[in-house]
Amino acid sequence: MTLELDADVLVVGGGPAATWAALKAAEDGASVVLADKGYCGTSGATASGGTGVWYVPPEPESREKAMASREGLGGYLADRRWMARVLDETYDRVNELAEVARYPFPVGPDGAPLRNGLQGPEYMRRQRIRVRRAGVRILDHSPVTELLTTEDGVVAGAAGHQRQADRAFRVRSGAVVLATGGCAFLSKALGCDVNTGDGALFAAEVGAELSGMEFSNAYGIAPEHTSVTKTAFYNYATFYRADGSVLDGAGSQRGRSVIARTLLASEKVFCKLDRADEAARKAMRLAQPNFFLTFDRLGVDPFTQPFAVTLLAEGTVRGTGGIRIVDDGCATTVPGLYAAGDAATRELICGGFTGGGSHNAAWAMSSGSWSGRAAARFARALGPSAAQRPVRAAGGAGLRPTGATSSVSAAEVVSAVQAEVLPYDKNYLRHGDVLRTALGRLDGTWSAVRSGLRAEGAELVRARQAAAMVAHARWMYTSALARSESRGMAKRLDFPDLDPAQHFRITSGGLDEVWARPQEVAA
Amino acid sequence: MIELVSAARCVTCDKCVAVCPTNVFDRGPDGVPVISRQQDCQTCFQCEANCPTDALFVAPQTHPLPAESFAHDEEHLRRTGLLGSYRRDIGWGRGRTPGAARAVGPALSPSGPPLIS
Ligand SMILES: Cc1cc2nc3c(=O)[nH]c(=O)nc-3n(C[C@H](O)[C@H](O)[C@H](O)COP(=O)(O)OP(=O)(O)OC[C@H]3O[C@@H](n4cnc5c(N)ncnc54)[C@H](O)[C@@H]3O)c2cc1C
Ligand code: SF4
Ligand code: SF4
Repeated sequence: MTLELDADVLVVGGGPAATWAALKAAEDGASVVLADKGYCGTSGATASGGTGVWYVPPEPESREKAMASREGLGGYLADRRWMARVLDETYDRVNELAEVARYPFPVGPDGAPLRNGLQGPEYMRRQRIRVRRAGVRILDHSPVTELLTTEDGVVAGAAGHQRQADRAFRVRSGAVVLATGGCAFLSKALGCDVNTGDGALFAAEVGAELSGMEFSNAYGIAPEHTSVTKTAFYNYATFYRADGSVLDGAGSQRGRSVIARTLLASEKVFCKLDRADEAARKAMRLAQPNFFLTFDRLGVDPFTQPFAVTLLAEGTVRGTGGIRIVDDGCATTVPGLYAAGDAATRELICGGFTGGGSHNAAWAMSSGSWSGRAAARFARALGPSAAQRPVRAAGGAGLRPTGATSSVSAAEVVSAVQAEVLPYDKNYLRHGDVLRTALGRLDGTWSAVRSGLRAEGAELVRARQAAAMVAHARWMYTSALARSESRGMAKRLDFPDLDPAQHFRITSGGLDEVWARPQEVAA
Repeated sequence: MIELVSAARCVTCDKCVAVCPTNVFDRGPDGVPVISRQQDCQTCFQCEANCPTDALFVAPQTHPLPAESFAHDEEHLRRTGLLGSYRRDIGWGRGRTPGAARAVGPALSPSGPPLIS
């Protein structure tokens, strides 16, 4: 039996972007359903990782400094008007967390409250409570698998599979907010295995566009064979070779590529946080208890004992590419469809540089809040009969194969994609020739998925995740090839310099035929 | 990965079954959760943080550990304080102060604020 629900607004996802969207839509008077693949409160990158937040008091000098800080790193693709809006909205939302949600922010040595970061479990636990109190119906363990549209292509809900209840569900709504996070390709980076780029696939299936998909090769440092990609404290690190000599040029902020190159040469890279003094060591434990979980359980003292490190792909979680946004309410190019958080492009505030460390968290709160309010308004304008509109299901790959036989499994597809996007010599240290070969293979994988990936029930979710990952990888490499220069994190070995003539964003889309084209940056 | 469910400590509250983002557990016939899909575990430590009786242990490795591993030795984990250490450090549980309130870290640049997450 299918679970059938109606709502003004359906929010897909359960992380910060989704919870802010649900809260603001509900405050606006909308009836809201929130469907999360995992559990709203523990699922997603923030809940496990925790985030520094771009929280800057509204003093002109501090704001100016904040906006200028990543402009060059981002290849001058960010937009000052959007930065200013995000700084304003984030300031208000973080203060709301302190004053309304009673998030226990710490107090600094000078007695002033500190609000520039959020512990993941504490933040998201409180967001869940608030969302419930606002009257939102939460569906946990309810991955959405496709969007529903009206005859004329307006998004009007979504369908999915409740994996614990083992039944299908369908929500018909006036508007949909996609807040499904980025795509980290099941790399096991902290909290990211729920982030398989599903929202981008759903969006592309109804004709929405993506932007900045070349900025998709973020890699996080973690101790070898572990998951915790918290990287701030590697600022205190020295990196070593196996023989104990210092690995020249290796570092966390600049010099991660040196680590990648050394690992590629089949050499291990070791690390010690030996530049932290006693006071810093104590304080670090308080700031990031999750960072120390790994070391304590491995029995390693990271300050005095060398440990081997690896780099885990974080794709568009700490990259900046995602669904293209076309107005201040985070609408996509498709009516009724909104995008927020990592599912949306973050180029508007980060350009081509990582949004990790502060911007992404600010974007999730801001875009979440805006999209929730805009979706509520859109639904209200449709009137109460919106849920009665006839709808059709929009999903393709992995759901409705074009061939008669099932010829490939989701697990095979996942392995095939990972082989093209995880290796540092393909995705991190990019070269046109390598990208073209990888893209050719990914196109082949897509054809196989389109004709012969078939699944039912709970397995359907795995099939759709696999399809979403292939689609993501193809937009990434098509966009990376469209930029014959190095800008932001989209660096090319064959085009090592920035080319002023390519000061544009790259829009992409399509499924069977993938395309990418330059898009002017608003002045 | 999740490596240990202590039947002796578990109060069959189903919390871990509910909160695991990747749906690793099933409720067992006696109410004690069963690790049904360990390969899906993303080593996020959320189940541990939410277990009211510290009945779970997540090893830091992202691959399964052999039977004789420390991660299956409940007595060792208890003695070394590792069992329930995450919940303790984030200050969850009766009578504890949320870790967030104490989370004043070092500043990463001389002019920057202390890191609090
Ligand atoms: C280790 C780590 C540390 C980080 N540190 C920082 C930092 O210090 N500062 C900063 O700004 N950013 C940081 N980031 C990035 C930041 O965590 C993300 O930008 C942020 O979590 C984005 O929020 P979100 O709500 O868009 O996505 P997420 O928090 O990833 O949530 C996505 C949600 O969507 C759900 N979902 C996925 N697919 C579906 C589907 N098909 N149906 C239903 N639900 C679905 C998931 O279950 C999940 O609940 C960090 C990331 C990592 C991995
Ligand atoms: S560590 Fe995370 S993914 Fe693994 S069982 Fe626990 S909650 Fe689930
Ligand atoms: S959360 Fe702990 S006590 Fe509750 S069912 Fe799981 S293991 Fe048992």
